[in-house]
Amino acid sequence: MLSFFSKPRIRGGVHAEEHKAETAALPIADNFPLPKKLYIPLQQHVGKPAEPLIMVGEKVLKGQLLAYSQGLISAPVHAPSSGVILDVNDYPAPHPSALPIRTIVLETDGKDEWVETPIAADPFQLNPEEISLRVGAAGIVGLGGATFPTAVKLNMGRENHIDTLIINGSECEPYLCCDDRLMQERAGEIIDGVRLMLHGMETEHAVVAIEDNKPEAYLAMQAAAEPYATIKVIQIPTRYPMGWDRQLIRYVTGKEVPVGCRSSEIGVTIHNVGTAHAVHKAIRHGYPLLSRVVTVAGGAVKRPMNVEVPFGTLISELFDFCEVNRQETARIIMGGPMMGDSLPHTALPTVKATSGILALTQSELKNTDEQPCIRCASCVSVCPAGLRPLDMANNIRINQLDAAVDLGLKDCVSCGCCSYICPSNIPLVQYFKYASGEVVARQQAQHKAEQTKKLIDARNARMERIAQQQREDELARIAAKAERERLKAEQEALV
Amino acid sequence: MITHMKPSSGAHVGANTSVSRIMWQVMLAISPATAFGLLCFGWPALNLFVITVLSAVVFEAFCVRLKGRAAKPVIMDGSAVLTGWLLAMTLPPWAPWWIGVVGSGLAIILGKQVYGGLGQNLFNPAMLARVALLISFPIEMTTWANVSPLFFSDSPGLIESWHITFSGLDNIDASTGATTLGFIKTEFSQNRVLTDILKDTSGFLNFIGATRGSLGETSTLLLGLGGVWLIRQNVIQWQIPVSLLLTVALLAGIFHGVDSEHYVSPLLHLNSGALMCVAFFIATDYVTSPNTPTGQLVFGAGCGLLIFVIRTWGAYPEGAGFAVLLMNSATPLIDHYIKPRIYGRDRKGKPLEIPKS
Repeated sequence: MLSFFSKPRIRGGVHAEEHKAETAALPIADNFPLPKKLYIPLQQHVGKPAEPLIMVGEKVLKGQLLAYSQGLISAPVHAPSSGVILDVNDYPAPHPSALPIRTIVLETDGKDEWVETPIAADPFQLNPEEISLRVGAAGIVGLGGATFPTAVKLNMGRENHIDTLIINGSECEPYLCCDDRLMQERAGEIIDGVRLMLHGMETEHAVVAIEDNKPEAYLAMQAAAEPYATIKVIQIPTRYPMGWDRQLIRYVTGKEVPVGCRSSEIGVTIHNVGTAHAVHKAIRHGYPLLSRVVTVAGGAVKRPMNVEVPFGTLISELFDFCEVNRQETARIIMGGPMMGDSLPHTALPTVKATSGILALTQSELKNTDEQPCIRCASCVSVCPAGLRPLDMANNIRINQLDAAVDLGLKDCVSCGCCSYICPSNIPLVQYFKYASGEVVARQQAQHKAEQTKKLIDARNARMERIAQQQREDELARIAAKAERERLKAEQEALV
Repeated sequence: MITHMKPSSGAHVGANTSVSRIMWQVMLAISPATAFGLLCFGWPALNLFVITVLSAVVFEAFCVRLKGRAAKPVIMDGSAVLTGWLLAMTLPPWAPWWIGVVGSGLAIILGKQVYGGLGQNLFNPAMLARVALLISFPIEMTTWANVSPLFFSDSPGLIESWHITFSGLDNIDASTGATTLGFIKTEFSQNRVLTDILKDTSGFLNFIGATRGSLGETSTLLLGLGGVWLIRQNVIQWQIPVSLLLTVALLAGIFHGVDSEHYVSPLLHLNSGALMCVAFFIATDYVTSPNTPTGQLVFGAGCGLLIFVIRTWGAYPEGAGFAVLLMNSATPLIDHYIKPRIYGRDRKGKPLEIPKS
């Protein structure tokens, strides 16, 4: 009976068709031809964009620092291959808007010549601070898709005395299986990365959580973690969005992260398996983050696969390699089909956040024929955050954004479960993203109006002061003149 | 405002579900009970059923056209057919044609379209229409035909059925009677006690559905099976039916235990009248019931309580419709007070405190 009353550990969620089988069985392809040109955005992470320190026309080597991180939360960018810098300018970003952002264009010379890399003989002799420094310098960010700079997270972990490091191997998005393959093929390297992270955070225990639809990955990771008592590999139920950090934290530790707090404040930190792998490469071999495994899948892809591609590779080249049928492609998605964004075209670079590129056919897509809400409340029951999407959407539709915020708009994580399940095909997440953006815009507009009002008030006060001053000066001048005339009259009288 | 371009946000894939699919699933679930009712009450019941469903569709199309929209896609979502169907199930099987037409008009126009159409109504359209009919036309709405299965000798033929439907019954008393609950109510007023009253009533026939009652509400068995199938199909949740039936059974059990001669047993309650139909198909209407599991439990329990009270002490032996309408009006209130706890917040919406370790 007690367990009946304890907190449910998984809340909401959906089980979408996985579509992983065709790519999960194939080894990661490493024969992707080096593109002639790489378009490397300076912002591939959460935080401030990196600041370029190279000149156009400069020759760079593979792994050379192209742009340094600026500010507390930022990450540097390195050259994915050797070649010549063609341009540093604004190019379309891999974002639904495809608006231009600052990008370095690198013409590769095909030699793939490495810069010299520093290697630590025994990284466990390094200071934990040194580990974070090196991870930061390697440009490593969260590779699950959030792209938060990893070094910052390691530092926060050290400061907050983390007792559990969770390694997220859930990969709950349909179609994607880059993490699955990484775990199957490079389990030893990932576990080494986990040990290095533990050292860097001065944390005792790590739990690697893998969804139970990836038994091979689980076995490989278990075998790799066998020698280390501090690392536990567990299987978790397959239910999207298991990989949402807060859902996973609650499932693994039973703790719930309060709103407005970082997970490190309750003694838990979560990193992706891909990030652990990148940490291994950075610390053991001195390699900065230059490439990642990307899942290319979807009904329009003739040769779906997981492929390691250098950052800056255009999606069009990736599609050519995987033989994507352009006619059949109804939508291009970066990331998974639940949370990913659709891209307007393929002349966009792959970045650190690109876990997958999907080319979906019309039949795979959700019907967009929107019908009235029948209040079936499926969205309420699948929401992992405990929101009521239907009420929020109704308020947003009539432009009552404040009411939507009161209902918890800001607690929405855009996981997409509500849109997925809605029988009326209402694009709920679209509504919420629109409303969140609009709320911010309105706050900014209001802030601006307040600032303007303050400036006007200040100006009025200043003008009033000046006028007052002038009046006083005038009076003083008149008084002085009168005084002078009086004195003059007195003198004349004396004479 | 929001522009409806190609959505750029997820989810890009969707579950295999749609409004019309849900409506068809519900219709599938009620079809065995309906078919059995049609079999039991013969051609006049079929006439009424067809007239009610058709006029619901016509009224829906009329309203949608008034709004200047294409009627076909709205009709195809199946909601008007379902409303007409549910209404027909709750009507006396041999009621005249205009009961079906007026009922459908009330359900579709007053019950649904004046609020703005699908998903906007406060009250369950079918129940609203049924209650309005019951109050307005008490004679027609409480004339219960005897069970006279199709193709048997005492069943009216096709031609005779048109006569019944379009110009009314000639000899009412010969072919009609009271429902079990109605009979008990009348006999109570003659100061008789239950053991005496129920001498000739067969619980088994009530369970199967071969008894006097509304067109599609007589068969406890088939309605129950359809309802369980709907729950298994994940179209409806278990909360409302279970809490509704449990509440009725519990209250009936208590009162029956105290005075078994004047309070009907829980089994008879569960086994008769509109209870099963209401529990599985009417009270679970998405639009007019709360949208959280806890809210649904409260809603179901409220319906159960009201059904018991109206049946036991009210003037109408079949009080389920009133109970549902009353609870429908409480739905916004329930949804306002009972809402899920947001992750990382307490029930009042304040952020959780960081646990001290």
